[in-house]
Order: sequence, then structure tokens, then C-alpha cells
Amino acid sequence: MKTFPIGGVHPSENKLSRAKAIEVLPLPEVVQIPLGQHIGAPATAIVAKGDKVLTGQKIAEATGFMSANIHSPISGTVQAVDMQLNGQGLRQMMITIKREGDEWVETIDRSTEIKRDCNLEPAAIIAAIKEAGIVGMGGATFPTHVKLSIPPGKKAECLIINGVECEPYLTSDHRTMLELGEEMLVGVEILMKAIGVEKAYVGIENNKPDAIAHLAQLATKFKGIEIVPLKVRYPQGGEKQLIAAITGRQVPPPPALPIDVGAVVCNASTTYAVYRAVQKQMPLIERVVTLTGKEVKNPKNLLTRMGTPISALIEAAGGLPEHAGKVINGGPMMGRAMVNLDSPVTKGCSGITIMSGKDAERKTPGQCMKCAKCVSACPMGLEPYLLAKLAQKKQWDEMEAQMITSCIECGCCQSTCPSYLPLLDWVRLGKQTVMGLIRARMAAQAPKK
Amino acid sequence: MANKLIVSPSPHVQSAQSTASIMRDVVIALIPALIVSTIVFGVNVLMVTAISVASCVLFEYLIQKLMVKGPSTIGNWSAVVTGVLLAFNLPSTIPWWIIVIGAFVAIGVAKMTFGGLGKNPFNPALVGRVFLLIAYPVQMTKFPAVENPALDALSGATPLAAVKASTVGAGALPMQDLLLGNMPGSLGEVAAVALLIGFVYLLVRKVITWHIPVTVLGTMALFAFVVAATSEGADVTYMWQFPLFHVLAGGALLGSIFMATDYATSPMTVKGQVIFAVGIGAITMCIRLWGAYPEGMSFAILIMNAVVPLINKYIKPKRFGVK
Repeated sequence: MKTFPIGGVHPSENKLSRAKAIEVLPLPEVVQIPLGQHIGAPATAIVAKGDKVLTGQKIAEATGFMSANIHSPISGTVQAVDMQLNGQGLRQMMITIKREGDEWVETIDRSTEIKRDCNLEPAAIIAAIKEAGIVGMGGATFPTHVKLSIPPGKKAECLIINGVECEPYLTSDHRTMLELGEEMLVGVEILMKAIGVEKAYVGIENNKPDAIAHLAQLATKFKGIEIVPLKVRYPQGGEKQLIAAITGRQVPPPPALPIDVGAVVCNASTTYAVYRAVQKQMPLIERVVTLTGKEVKNPKNLLTRMGTPISALIEAAGGLPEHAGKVINGGPMMGRAMVNLDSPVTKGCSGITIMSGKDAERKTPGQCMKCAKCVSACPMGLEPYLLAKLAQKKQWDEMEAQMITSCIECGCCQSTCPSYLPLLDWVRLGKQTVMGLIRARMAAQAPKK
Repeated sequence: MANKLIVSPSPHVQSAQSTASIMRDVVIALIPALIVSTIVFGVNVLMVTAISVASCVLFEYLIQKLMVKGPSTIGNWSAVVTGVLLAFNLPSTIPWWIIVIGAFVAIGVAKMTFGGLGKNPFNPALVGRVFLLIAYPVQMTKFPAVENPALDALSGATPLAAVKASTVGAGALPMQDLLLGNMPGSLGEVAAVALLIGFVYLLVRKVITWHIPVTVLGTMALFAFVVAATSEGADVTYMWQFPLFHVLAGGALLGSIFMATDYATSPMTVKGQVIFAVGIGAITMCIRLWGAYPEGMSFAILIMNAVVPLINKYIKPKRFGVK
């Protein structure tokens, strides 16, 4: 069975909500919509306090190419456009809307009937995706229209759909593939047309045999779509790892991109959103969020409108467990620990993982005994123990020589360390510093305008 | 409730292994050999092991408390491992005070001087053993005779020493004696089967990988095979007997499974580990065949320990995306 070539770990899967069908979360009374919920420039608000908005109406516009539109997930009145606390406790510009009913923009097709044929030209498809404000929903939130706009001189050879969901606990992509598989495959067809390729692979780890079987059966009705079962191994959902697992090609170190090996990768839930955007004129205003944790009463997969407070999802799953110690936006390997539970669900929020008791605490770090487990685990072929040591000594040049910028921050090194060393903390510090130095060097070398 | 939440950067998953659990696994893996050794050499074996472990732990505790003035490190079990390994490198008749001196050299000189666990460049137990071998050669090479008619010719010499002195041929020892440990030698080196059981346990528990032990033993076997095949009057029996004898006799298994795989003193990459292991195998065979000592495992490991920083500097893992 296929997998990526170097390193990787296999943390306990804990897919507690794998068999839970997607449930619709009741509409929130108030939503908060951050303007910066994607990679790139934050969107620019085009509504003001007091404005009436409809569900699906554009409320913020992409600021330039590397940005994304944002639409209202509910109908009601704009209460404020101001700075609010986000999940990490930082102030961020958000639009607050108070709900009044649920009145939709008329042009949006809300029927569940599957619309198979798409006669749009590639440029029109990309324009529809851009209009709908679609970004990578696996967590990276890279604007999808940017990814689909192949730079001049490059050529896409295949499309890869990321249905790996290698993060422990999370099941939102799994349920989407299982329950909305046909719609997703239409999305795959649309994406293939948009980038002009004949071949698409859907990579799914073999801990989701139901999704593999279901999609493989559906795929017989589509041309050029192959379902690829993959061996369970983290971080297979990392873009570079997935491309290597499926095509055997390795994306060279930064600044090279997947397109340099002819691949375009798109997450499974994002592909479903693409289907809805192009075929149903549906902007990205809702998504499936897994609410999970060992002590959570009813782990669930909730179809949630963007901007819904995360506390509402926690309530729907039976409330915050008694010994809850850490609430993570995302999965336990790459998710971000939250400070503010009233912060909103955003486009990149695939799940909320609640860790309880000892699981939530970091163990006391010891001394590095050079066991080399971090080196074996690193999927990029780096030496985390060495990079951490160099970061402590502030040896930035040497860190650059040791390829720190290749680090994808997957956390394999730290999660495998028997001395519980905060390896990734140090590596991140070093990576950020080195990237800053590289940018400064490039700015100094660039010709003055 | 929200103000009680823990906030830290990802990953939020930590290893189920710990330094202590790994070291305990090493001790568990050494228990089969300890049992066989006790059957072969008697209760003395347990005394030697107990004295060695107790002194190693005590020295580490005292040095950490009185000189380093840091929190106690004996809870990580690494001093216990050093203690058992040192004992396994001694004859069962060794006087108790020599064991204590060996433990002091191992922990005090080879380990704690450099900053303790993970920072020592040389394997502490081996530094202790080699120090004793040079300082007390008589006591260190006097092995109790074993009641085994096949070994009468050996009269208390280890098989390696006997073969080196050409008293007996490599084929003189029945294979089952080599496997089950019915021969003179240090505590831990006599029971091939017991050491192999420990090896399998360490592999299953993911404490070590197979690369170093298999490469060391493979290099030794290949080396011995070439020597046997090119020697005068070599016949087919000799060509397999000689390599097998060298892999099973002496400290080859103990050294390659338990000492060459010591984390701190072996390379960080698989490629580096293979280079390191080939070096150990080749140097061991050179000493055994042409050196002054009948056994060269300890020296070979220590010599290659010295090369580890160099290996780590120049042998890098296969980087993703780099051809």
C-alpha cells in the first residue's frame, strides 16, 4: 500500500466520531466573522453597522489576488465591524451579525438534487470559486482560486484530492466523503476541467475503508478519477507527503511549490464546497466541524454556519467535560490551543478536540539522550534535535544550512521524543527568525525602485 | 472555566515512551542473559551484578547531589543499565572492590564528567571495563572453569582465547554450548540465545532498530568468512564454522546488541549507524585475529564512539525533495 517515503509517526487514531452522521447545528443567534480567516491579505468589509444582510450575501471583498471573499452565514443586522478576541486571545477585525430569520440570497440553489453537468470554461469556473470565497478547508486556508491559477510556464499534470485526514480524532472529511461523495466527485471533475488535467487521484488512508469502498464504486461513473488507498501514517495529509505518496515525486525544498512537480492538491471538503460554488452558486458559509475528545459526551460531526461560537458546538456535544484541560482548534498534532471558547468557527476549522486531565498537560522535559527518534520521525529528513540546539544557540546561518525552511511543523519530532523536549517550539522560533533573515536579505538585494 | 484552560503550541500529543521506560526495557532485555549466567556460573553472578548496579546508582546519585547540585537523575534508570552492562563484562570471580572501582570510572569519569545522560562521548560501561582490563589484567581474565567435557582443553580460558592460542580449533566447541553459554567467559557474554531473546524484545518495544547489531555481526561474519576462505587448507566446514564461531563467541552479541546501540554514543542517522557498525565489526575482527587481545569488541566500540561526532557532522539524513 502506498505511503510517503521518509519518516512519519502513527499516533493513536481516536476517531471517536467516525460513525456519527453529519448533524445540522441549529442556527446561532449572533455570528462573528473574522476578515482574516485565510492565508493572504484580510478581506475588506463592504457592510457597516446597521446594514441588513441576507444569508449568502457578500459582506467582505478579497483585498487583491491573494485574499478571499467572505459571505454572511445568516440573515440579520450588522451590529459591529470592529476588533474582537479570536480563539487565541488576539484582537482581530470581525463583522458581528445578529440573526433575524434565515432569508437567503435568491440566486443560491439550496436543493440537494445533484447537478452533474458543468459547461463553464476554466476561467469561469475559477471566477465562480473566487466569488464564493473558497479557501483550503483542511486547515491551511490557502485561497483555492490562487491554487487553480497555474502560473505561466508551469503545467498541471494531475489533480490530487486530499481525503487523508491523518490528524487523530478528526472525521469531518471522512463523513463528507461518505455522505456527500457523489457531489464531491462532481467537484473533482470541475477542478480537473479548471486546471486542464485528465487524471485525478483521491488519496484516502485505509482506516476509512467505508469511504474508500463508497467512492471507488461511485468513481466508476466518472472518467479519470482514481481512488488511492494509503497506509495510515501521519503527516500523510501534508501536501508534499501526499504528492510523494501518490505520484512518487518529491517537491523540491522551498521556494518550490507542488505545481513544480505538476500536482495540484485540494482537500476533500474543499472539493465539495467547489461543487456547491460552481453548480449551486453557494458561497462558503457553512462547513462540517468534528467536535470530539475522549471525555466529550457525544462526539459529533456538525454542519455549522461560519461564525458560530465554538461554545455552541461544545454544548451540542454535551458540554465541556469536567476535567477538560485544553480545547484545540483542529486536531492534536497541528491544532491550536484556544483561550476564548466564544470565538467563531472559521473556514479552516475542521474540528475541535478537547483534551482532558493528563492528556492536556505537557510532561516535564528531561535531557536529550540522542535516541535519534526525532530524526527517524521527521518526514522532511531534517534533524530536529540539532535544529533545536542551534536555535537555542541562535546559530541562524547554520540553521539555514541545515534546511530549517523545509520544516512543515507537523510535530512528529516532538510527539515521538521520550524526553518530552519542546523540539518544535525551538524549531519554530528558528524557522521564523531564519525566514525573516531571508526576506531581509532578498529585500536588500532587490533593485531599488 | 475558560481561564483554567492550558495553552501551548502544537503538537498536543506526547510519546508513550519515556527515558525511564526505555532504560527499564533495556534492563528487562538483559534478564534472560542474567538467568543463564547464574545457571552457568552460580549465585556469584547475582552478587557481582548487585554490587555493580548499586555502586553505579550510588555514584551517580552522589555526584549529582554533591557536585552538580542538580535534581536526582537516578530515576531515569540509566545508571542501572550501566551497572548491569558493566557487571556483564566482568568475570564472576572478580573481587568486589574492583567492581566498585569500575563503577566509579564508568559513572564518575565516563558519564557524569561530560554532563550525564546523553552527553557522554564514550559508552560508560565499556570505559569502566577497559579501565579494569588494563589496571587489573589478572583478575579480569581469570574465568571460572565450567563443568563441560568438551571444554577440558580450554582449562578456564575463554573460547576466543583458546582459539587464538591455537589450543583448539574453532570447531572444537559444540554449537549448542556456544548458544546456551556452557563455557568460560564474562557474565553476560556466554549465552547467545538469551542475548538474542533480549534483542527481539528491544526490537518489539521499539527501543532500538536492527541496523547496528545486524551490521556489526554481518561485517564480522563476512570478515571471518573471507579470512577462512583464503587461509591454507580451508574446507567448506571451516568456512562456515569460523564465521559462526566469531559471531557467537566472546562479546560480539552483547556488544553489538546492547553496547553499540547505546543512544548517546551511536550516530543519529541510519546511514551513519551502518558506517559506525561496519567499523566496529572490522576493528573487532582485526584485534581478534591479529591483535594482542583475544577479544576486541570493547576497543572497537570505544574507537568508533570517538568517530560518532564526525559521522553526525557529515552524514545527513536523506532530505525530502533533494536529489
